[in-house]
Amino acid sequence: MHSVIAIIRRDLLLAMRRKSEVLTALFFFIIVVSLFPLGIGPESALLRKIAPGVIWVSALLATMLGLARLFAPDHADGTLEQMVLSPTPLGLLVAGKIVAHWITTGLPLVLLAPVLGIQFDLDRGALGILVLALLLGTPLLSLIGAIGAALTLGVRGGGVLLSLLVLPLYVPALIFGAGAVESHVSGLGAGGHLSLLAALLALAVFFAPWATTAALRIALE
Amino acid sequence: MNNKLVNWFKFGSPQSFYPLAGKMIPWFWALAVVFGIIGLWISFFVAPTDFQQGEGYRIIFIHVPAAWMSMFLYIVMATWAGLGLALNTRLSGMMAQAIAPTGALMAFLSLWTGAIWGKPMWGAWWVWDARLTSALILFFLYIGFIALQAAIDDARRADKAGAILALVGVVNVPIIYFSVKWWNTLHQGASVSLTKAPAMAATMLWGMLIMALAFWMYSIAVTLMRVRAIILEREAHTEWVKNLSEIQGEPK
Repeated sequence: MHSVIAIIRRDLLLAMRRKSEVLTALFFFIIVVSLFPLGIGPESALLRKIAPGVIWVSALLATMLGLARLFAPDHADGTLEQMVLSPTPLGLLVAGKIVAHWITTGLPLVLLAPVLGIQFDLDRGALGILVLALLLGTPLLSLIGAIGAALTLGVRGGGVLLSLLVLPLYVPALIFGAGAVESHVSGLGAGGHLSLLAALLALAVFFAPWATTAALRIALE
Repeated sequence: MNNKLVNWFKFGSPQSFYPLAGKMIPWFWALAVVFGIIGLWISFFVAPTDFQQGEGYRIIFIHVPAAWMSMFLYIVMATWAGLGLALNTRLSGMMAQAIAPTGALMAFLSLWTGAIWGKPMWGAWWVWDARLTSALILFFLYIGFIALQAAIDDARRADKAGAILALVGVVNVPIIYFSVKWWNTLHQGASVSLTKAPAMAATMLWGMLIMALAFWMYSIAVTLMRVRAIILEREAHTEWVKNLSEIQGEPK
């Protein structure tokens, strides 16, 4: 457990030293969300309807940006090999890295989402559901994305390939995440969607670090 | 092979599987052609004209088998991939790699024929129906698998990385299917239901089943041909490949 916290601390520290990378993904998120009204038109009824979908799709894309760098720098300077050799199970270390990735890319999206939701004229209840759904969903994105990041480690054209592998797997998160807000707005209540999202998260917490570890071992063979 | 218990692991090595596959290919082609002719004959001449959909429905004899095969082949591919990871056999990875293009083709065929059918029946090339959407995502999964394998130069690593992707995919396919289904019912977009189709005439069902068999045999034949090519490519440096008659016959 100690080494997991050490990994999280280290990755957060590295992210703080290179703030531009974190901020780039964040501003990418803001810009993409802000482009949609420009493309579709300022009609607030329409914007309110598309808001959850737009914010979620942008969150998927913004998460993708950080994924390519999840393991690549450690792979390049040999840290990853040391992690494989360390007595601590690799799965735990990988889980630590995923947590750090979520704190640097997922959590800021969750915190920014209400501001962007106001741009789209969402009411207070819908904003709350949006934040809750993102809070459950963005760790899921980091977990699934880590598998893709490990599989494409050191592969030609890894970045584009990563999005090809990971985006189809993000479909359930997108559906339940955006669906939670929509069903709240339409008066059905978001409980079902949020429960399913939480179930997916539980499943991913269990399986994703394991699959990521297997993929990393293959990449380092 | 006189003893009753066939040693399956014997055929796990590319060297002994290569000639076996070569012997099986003509049989599967023959079966594919026979079933194909019977199936097409039933579907064009025996099966009655649908009272609602007219003659246009006949494309389901291609569409439904292709859709079945696209799902089935993904499971087969993931099974081979899992076997390859668990038993560390070389052939399993090659099989998974050989199945993927056929699976992608089947997924594409089912989408394409579905669109052709949808235009006259629903009045739209594409609706965001649960089945259509999940078939599209299945197609993306196939493409991702092929792209990942193509991007990794080391064949063994490509096999293993592909295997993990296929296994992650196979866990996700039901999740994706149900999520898309619930998403669709929530939105109530297209009010077309495929499940409430009128009871099918027995001949139609037979035609579909025989066509499915034809597609199945075709898939096996093509996969075996492809896996033979992959074996030759990967084992080109070995002595047994150099001694093959078809290799020696070629002018150097």
